Amino acid sequence: MASNHDKREPGITRRDFLLKAAATGGLAAAAGGWGYVFYSKEPVRRSDAKIFTFRDYRTEISAVYPQLAVVHGRNAEKMVFAAIEKIGGISRFIKPGEKVLIKPNAAWDRQPEQAANTNPAVVAAVIKLCLEARAAEVWVTDVSVNDPYRCFVRSGIEDAVKRAGGSIRIATENDFVDTDFKGESLGIWPVSRFYHQADKLINLPVVKHHSLSKCTMAMKNLYGSLGGQRNRLHQDINTSIADLASAIRPTFTLMDATRVLRRNGPTGGNLSDVTIEDTVVAAVDIVAVESYGLRFLDLKIEDIPFIPMAEKRGTGISDWRSLNVAELNV
Amino acid sequence: MIGKFLTLRNIRRIYAVFFLLLFVLLLWITSFRRLKGYDTRLFLEIDPLAAAASFLTSWTVYKGLILSLVIIIGTLFLGRFFCSWICPMGIVNQIAGTVFNKLRAVDAIQLNAYRTFYRLKYYLLAAFVALAALGSLQTGLLDPISFITRSFTISVFPALNHIRGGIYFKQPLFHGGTLLGLIFLGVIFANRFLPRFWCRALCPLGALLGILSFRPLLRIWRDVDRCTDCKKCLGNCHGGCDPHAALRVTECHLCMNCIEDCPEDAIHYGLPDTASSAHMPLDISRRRLIECALVGAVSFPVMRSTITSQTSPRYNVIRPPGAVAEDDFLRRCLKCGECMKVCPTNAIQPALLDAGFEGIWTPILINSIGYCEYNCVLCGRVCPTGAITSLTVEKKLGKPAKQQPVKIGTAFYDRGRCLPWAMHIDCIVCEEVCPTSPKAIWFETVAMQMRDGSTKMLKRPYIDAKLCVGCGICENKCPIRDRAAVRVTSIGETRSKMNQMILKP
Repeated sequence: MASNHDKREPGITRRDFLLKAAATGGLAAAAGGWGYVFYSKEPVRRSDAKIFTFRDYRTEISAVYPQLAVVHGRNAEKMVFAAIEKIGGISRFIKPGEKVLIKPNAAWDRQPEQAANTNPAVVAAVIKLCLEARAAEVWVTDVSVNDPYRCFVRSGIEDAVKRAGGSIRIATENDFVDTDFKGESLGIWPVSRFYHQADKLINLPVVKHHSLSKCTMAMKNLYGSLGGQRNRLHQDINTSIADLASAIRPTFTLMDATRVLRRNGPTGGNLSDVTIEDTVVAAVDIVAVESYGLRFLDLKIEDIPFIPMAEKRGTGISDWRSLNVAELNV
Repeated sequence: MIGKFLTLRNIRRIYAVFFLLLFVLLLWITSFRRLKGYDTRLFLEIDPLAAAASFLTSWTVYKGLILSLVIIIGTLFLGRFFCSWICPMGIVNQIAGTVFNKLRAVDAIQLNAYRTFYRLKYYLLAAFVALAALGSLQTGLLDPISFITRSFTISVFPALNHIRGGIYFKQPLFHGGTLLGLIFLGVIFANRFLPRFWCRALCPLGALLGILSFRPLLRIWRDVDRCTDCKKCLGNCHGGCDPHAALRVTECHLCMNCIEDCPEDAIHYGLPDTASSAHMPLDISRRRLIECALVGAVSFPVMRSTITSQTSPRYNVIRPPGAVAEDDFLRRCLKCGECMKVCPTNAIQPALLDAGFEGIWTPILINSIGYCEYNCVLCGRVCPTGAITSLTVEKKLGKPAKQQPVKIGTAFYDRGRCLPWAMHIDCIVCEEVCPTSPKAIWFETVAMQMRDGSTKMLKRPYIDAKLCVGCGICENKCPIRDRAAVRVTSIGETRSKMNQMILKP
C-alpha cells in the first residue's frame, strides 16, 4: 500500500478531459463576454436617470366663479372655507381618489405667532376640505431651511396636519429627482419627488418681508420644492422666481395673511415684526395673488421685478383689480 | 418548567439583554423628535467612574451623577455585578467573545484563567485618578460608558443609518468618525483572541468596581470538600477570576456561570460556610501603581504647558451654547458624545487635536457641517456632567428684554470670497437666514460700476458684532461651499472672559 507521502495524481479519462475543457472554456467565454458587455470609452458610466417635468396641476378654467377671493375674519378655518367656496368650491379642484400635495411655508424653526411659517390653522382647514372632497391622500411637504423636524413641529404644522388627517412628507436626500424647469435661470434642478407623484398641488404661502426680493409670498414659496444648492438662486432671484412660477402651476394658491411678517424677514423672530391682518386670499392665478399681497408690505408692482416678468411670460395677471374679485367678511 | 429556566445564569442573561436594549433605546431617543422628557443619559449617570472623576476635577457631584451611588453601594454589598449584568460595553464584549470563539473545553479553561496583565486596568485607573485630582478629566477616553456612547453616536449609528436609513433624517457625518469606528471595532475584535479583553485588562471602571468589591458581603464561594478540581467552572467564566482555586473576588463579574457549570454543586453565591475556599486579595503591585499615578501626574503639567484651547483661545474651538468656561469645561467633559447625538444639525463634532491633546473628542461646532439652531438647547439638556449647562430657550436668546443672549462666537466676512464684495454678484443668503431680530447681518446698497461700464445696485453685507450670537447658519448656508465667505470663530463667546474683542458689547 502506498504511503501517505506517495500520493499520485490519477490519470484523466477522456470524459473527464472533455468536461474539464468545457468548464475552462465556459470560464474563458464568460471573461470575454464580461469584457464585451462592459467595454467603455468613458471612465464614468453615463447616468440614465429620468429627467422629470412638472405636470400642470390646474383644472379647467371656469368663468362662472370669481377669479380672486379675499376673505377677512378672525376664524382661519371659516376664512379658508369661504375663500375656496368663492373660487368654485373644493370639488372644482380636487376629484375623489386624487393625491394632493400641499406646500405651506414651513421653512423656519419658529412658532406660529412669529409668522415666519404658514398659519397651521390654514393648513388644517385646507386638508379638511381636501378630505371632504375624498382625496385619496393629502401630503404636506416643504424643504425647510432650518432642521425640518424642528420646523414642522415648532411651526405647529405637524400637529395640525395630523389632527386634520393629512400626512407630513419631508423629502430626504434620496427623495430628489432631476426636473427640467426650462427657465432662464433655472434649468435642470433637483425637486422632491412628491411633486411628480401628486395629482394636485395646493400652494399655501404666507406673506413676509424679504431683504433681497423685498417680499416672499405665493411665487417665492415655490422655492421650497427645490433641493440642491438653491441658495445660489439668490444671484438672480427675480428671474429664478419667475422661472419657478412659470414651471410649477399649482391647482390654486391660498395665501395666508392672517399674520404678516413686515420686518426682519423671512426669519422674523420678534413679535414686534408681526402685524395682524386677518386675511386670506385665494385664486388660481398666482400672479394675481402675489400682486394683491403687496399691500400688506406697502409695496408696489414696480418694486418687484419678478411680477412683470411673470406676467410677460403669461403666468398670470398682475392687475388684480381687472379681475372678478370677491371680497367678504366672515 | 419556568423554575428550571430561571437559573441564576438565565436571570443574569435577561438583565443583560434588558440593559443592552435599554442603552440602545436611550441613545436612539436622544434626538429632537424622540427626546420628550426621558433621562437619556441614565447610563452615564449611574457610572461611578464618571461621578468619582468629575468629583475630583470639579468638587461637585452634578445632578443625576448622584445616581451612581446605587452602583457604588450595590457593589460594596454584592460585588462587581455591574460588569456582566448592566454595563452595555461588558455585554457587547461578552456577546462578541461568545460569537468569535468556538472553543474546546480545554482551550476555554486556559483562556479564562487569570493572567497577571489584568492588573493593567488598575494602573490605568491610577493614572486617570492622578490626572483628575490635578484637574484634567481623561477617564472618558476609556470609561466604558463614555466609550460605547461615543462609539455608537459617532460611528455605529451613522454606519447603520448609511446601510438602512431610518435613524436620522439626514445622514450624520462626523469629524474623524472612521478613527473612532476602527478603535471600537478593534476593541470588539480583541475578544477573538481573549474573551472580554477590554473588561479584564483595560476597563478603568472595572478597576474602580474591583476596588469597591474588595470585601463584599455576598460572594461566590467554592466548597473545597465537594470540589473535584475538574475546572469546568472556568469554561464560561466572564471575569477570569479563578473560581476553581482561590477566587479573585475583585475580578469576579458575578456571571454565575461557574455555579451552573459545576457538576458537583460545589459553588454557591452568598455567605461563606465552613467548607468554603479562601479568596485571593487584590493582585496589584504597589510599586507599579505609584509609577502609573506618577505618569498621570507628570503628564498634567506637560499637557498644560502647551498651546491648547485652555491656555489660549482657539478660533476653531467653538463650544456648544451653555458650555462653561474652557478650564471648567475640560474639567467636566467626559467626551461621551451625547451632545453630538442630540444636535439636530450635526454641527457638534468630536474635536481631534483642535482643543489640544486634553480636549480630544470634546464637542466643537463645525459650521461647514451644521450650525447652532437658534431655538435649540438640547445639548445642554443631555450633558451628564454639566460641561454644557442646561439653558432655557429664553436664557439662550436673552429674551426677557435687556438680557444678553448666549454667544458662542462671532461671524466675520472674508471679502475676498464674498460674492457681492469680491465679484459684484447679488447674494446675501447670509442675511436671509440670520435668525436674530433685528438681524446681526445687515447690508448697504451701493451703486457699483461693472466691467462693461454699466451700474448695478448691489447689497453688500456686514456683521453687527453686538447682535451676532455666532450660530454659524450664515457660514453653513453660504454658497461658497468649500470655504465659506462668512465664517464664525470663537471670539466674543459669552463663557470666556479672555476671548473678547469689543470693549462695550
